[in-house]
Amino acid sequence: MKYITGFFQFWYDFIVGDDWTVALGVVLALTTTAVLVRSGVNAWWLLPLVVIVLLGLSVQRVAATKK
Amino acid sequence: MSNTAAFFLVAATFLASAVEMVEALTIVLAVGVIRGWRSALIGVAAATVALAIVVAALGPALTLIPIGVLRLVVGALLLIFGVQWLRKAILRASGYKALHDEEATYREEREAAEQAGTVQRAGMDWYSFTLAFKGVFLEGLEVAFIMLTFGSTQGSIPLAAAGALAALVLVGVVGVAVHAPLSRVPENTMKFAVGIMLTTFGIFWGAEGAGVAWPGADFAILLILAFVIVVSFGLVAFLRRMKEQQTLRSTPAVRGTGD
Repeated sequence: MKYITGFFQFWYDFIVGDDWTVALGVVLALTTTAVLVRSGVNAWWLLPLVVIVLLGLSVQRVAATKK
Repeated sequence: MSNTAAFFLVAATFLASAVEMVEALTIVLAVGVIRGWRSALIGVAAATVALAIVVAALGPALTLIPIGVLRLVVGALLLIFGVQWLRKAILRASGYKALHDEEATYREEREAAEQAGTVQRAGMDWYSFTLAFKGVFLEGLEVAFIMLTFGSTQGSIPLAAAGALAALVLVGVVGVAVHAPLSRVPENTMKFAVGIMLTTFGIFWGAEGAGVAWPGADFAILLILAFVIVVSFGLVAFLRRMKEQQTLRSTPAVRGTGD
């Protein structure tokens, strides 16, 4: 059991990293982009905007806690 | 593949491979110098074989996935990975995270290697073997991931491998020649550059995989790159100002004693 949890923990740390909100935000943004494209909107602008928000919030959170 | 895409493909894998190799080299050098080279080098060889197996197994498998699905999945993974690299690089550049210091890592690894007990079995120092194996495999896995995702999405794993291999040879040769951690390599700057490239391609391929048609087709890569650079440096400037204000607030005001 220890090895199985260790295996999943390794891949979680490797891919998701320190801030899970980034991973979740990226997945949601890509899903929304795909939905918008299917409904006829060429939403090329969505992903760059989401990246600014995710990156900004993520670094701001760290900065606010390290006083 | 356009020349721009080919350039970024080689540059990204070269830089990512170089920074990870420098980190792996520091660990192997510290262990080898203190505890002897035999077991450390066997650890390096074993990790290299393990990485080759990962690449050989995943490389052909990735080429079987339809390009649209591949770009969506790879774009998402690269974007998550890229934003994490960029986030750390921004925090380092603005003083919220310690800069990566190979000299300090080397000292710590040397001290740990000196203090660790010796377990000799089958003529091997297993501490040296394990540390060298872990160092090379874990650092190499990031390179393999970047190389495979970039290479498969651009339809040229060999070109991506060439970038990674060039860095491997360069760092290996310089490491053997100087026989010391490569602390003068601008590692933090290189990590910043890799983060910017991963994020740029993550945005481009992720959106393409979701069905977006980029205005200007491949030329959009350069505009996204410029956008990511501006945002990153903007965040560094913002965080530096925030840190200055925090420092000012935490420093007690010097009051005049009066006469």
